[in-house]
Amino acid sequence: MGGDFDWAVIWRSREVLWSGMLLSLKLFAIALTGGIFFGTLLALARLSSWKILSWPATGFVNLIRSIPFIMAIFWFYFLTPMLVGRITGQQGEAVGPFTSAVVAFILVESAYYSEIIRAGIQSIPRGQPWAAYALGMNYWQAMGFVVLPQAFRNMVPIMLTQAIILFQDTSLVYVVGLKDFLGAASKGGQLTGRIVELYIFVAVVFFLICFGASWAVKKIQAKYSVR
Amino acid sequence: MDWKVFLEQAPSGGMTYLGWLGSGLLWTLLVSLCAWVIAFSLGSVIGVIRTTPLKVPRALATAYVEVFRNIPLLVQMFLWYFVMPEVVPKALGDWLKQDLPNVLELPFAQFSLWEFTAAVLCLGLYTASRVAEQVRAGILSLPQGQTSAGLAMGFTLPQVYRFVLLPMAYRIIIPPMTSEFLTIFKNSSTALTIGVLELTAQSRQISEYTFKTFEAFTAATLIYVVITLTVIYAMRFLEGRVAVPGYIAQAGGGH
Repeated sequence: MGGDFDWAVIWRSREVLWSGMLLSLKLFAIALTGGIFFGTLLALARLSSWKILSWPATGFVNLIRSIPFIMAIFWFYFLTPMLVGRITGQQGEAVGPFTSAVVAFILVESAYYSEIIRAGIQSIPRGQPWAAYALGMNYWQAMGFVVLPQAFRNMVPIMLTQAIILFQDTSLVYVVGLKDFLGAASKGGQLTGRIVELYIFVAVVFFLICFGASWAVKKIQAKYSVR
Repeated sequence: MDWKVFLEQAPSGGMTYLGWLGSGLLWTLLVSLCAWVIAFSLGSVIGVIRTTPLKVPRALATAYVEVFRNIPLLVQMFLWYFVMPEVVPKALGDWLKQDLPNVLELPFAQFSLWEFTAAVLCLGLYTASRVAEQVRAGILSLPQGQTSAGLAMGFTLPQVYRFVLLPMAYRIIIPPMTSEFLTIFKNSSTALTIGVLELTAQSRQISEYTFKTFEAFTAATLIYVVITLTVIYAMRFLEGRVAVPGYIAQAGGGH
């Protein structure tokens, strides 16, 4: 190929690239919401004084964190159709790779987010939940109205940084053949024979989004670090 | 459950499926260790540069970190493997794709030295940006007075780094560097996308040939967990051995 590039291929592939970006963003949004929700529950379970809650939660988080993300994606690509089939009583043929990827991403991200949230909760002085209990609140009220709002506020910058990493990680669904932004570029490259230009384009777009986002996070961090 | 599947003869390589797992583990470790050499040395240089008063090198080092941190690893893998041979001078690109694979026949591998090289380069240069941040944070965590004291004693700036700052900084950053190594170890699985048959790829290949997916994935998962735990405990031991008495209070203190 040498030095002759055909950058017009990006414009010609705009539709497949755009639908790929939409899939990446969709996966990102679902994984972020689900990861923070289940991550909070996992963190609460890990900090629980009931061993029946804290041990399985600790084991799950450590297991997920010690295997490669791709291994987890393969696991849930294999397990999700079986589990869905078990629950609905039907063969899990309706479960596509996107659903499996969503399950994998939510569970992996919940493990990563639970570590962040656990640290955030532990940064709140012990006296605060005790004061809440003394005022007659129950566990969920103390957590929901006193501890978690402060913990989340402290955690905002690091949670956003993790969100940027999550957005980059969405490209890993390429391994189960999904057409995310990277997968779409790969597909477009096979059709047009212009894979070099498309991969460079993908790299530039990811860089601009993630660099811009981390710059914004730094600004937010500067604002919050007054505390 | 049928764990005896690992003792069956695999269709290629003249070994059992257990042998496939073993060769996958071997390549996971080789890729990780080679990449770690690059990541550790380049990352240390870049991290140190970012703490020096040199303006231009500092800007370049910062740019390096920003570029490599903000592009997904998998995209970088494709840039090295598919794009790099096309954008370098044609002779070099052809050499990489056609001649490098023949330089050396890799043992137990169905891929060539070129795939291996691309994977090592990609993981090494990517992780160098993360290592650089840890080294920088370690140096910046030391009191400013240490540099001043060193300079006042008549040390040159390189000597201050060599004898005062780095010996302390490297001890402080053992825990984050351990997790960076474990990150490179786990991230080495992305090399499967360019054909390197490392552990994750082998376990998937076994599941495709035997349909014993659960057994194949469980075996690979166990190997990853065992190595992760081994590294964590080894580094905790090392951290205790090299701790400066009375300085790093949290070392070995548990939670």
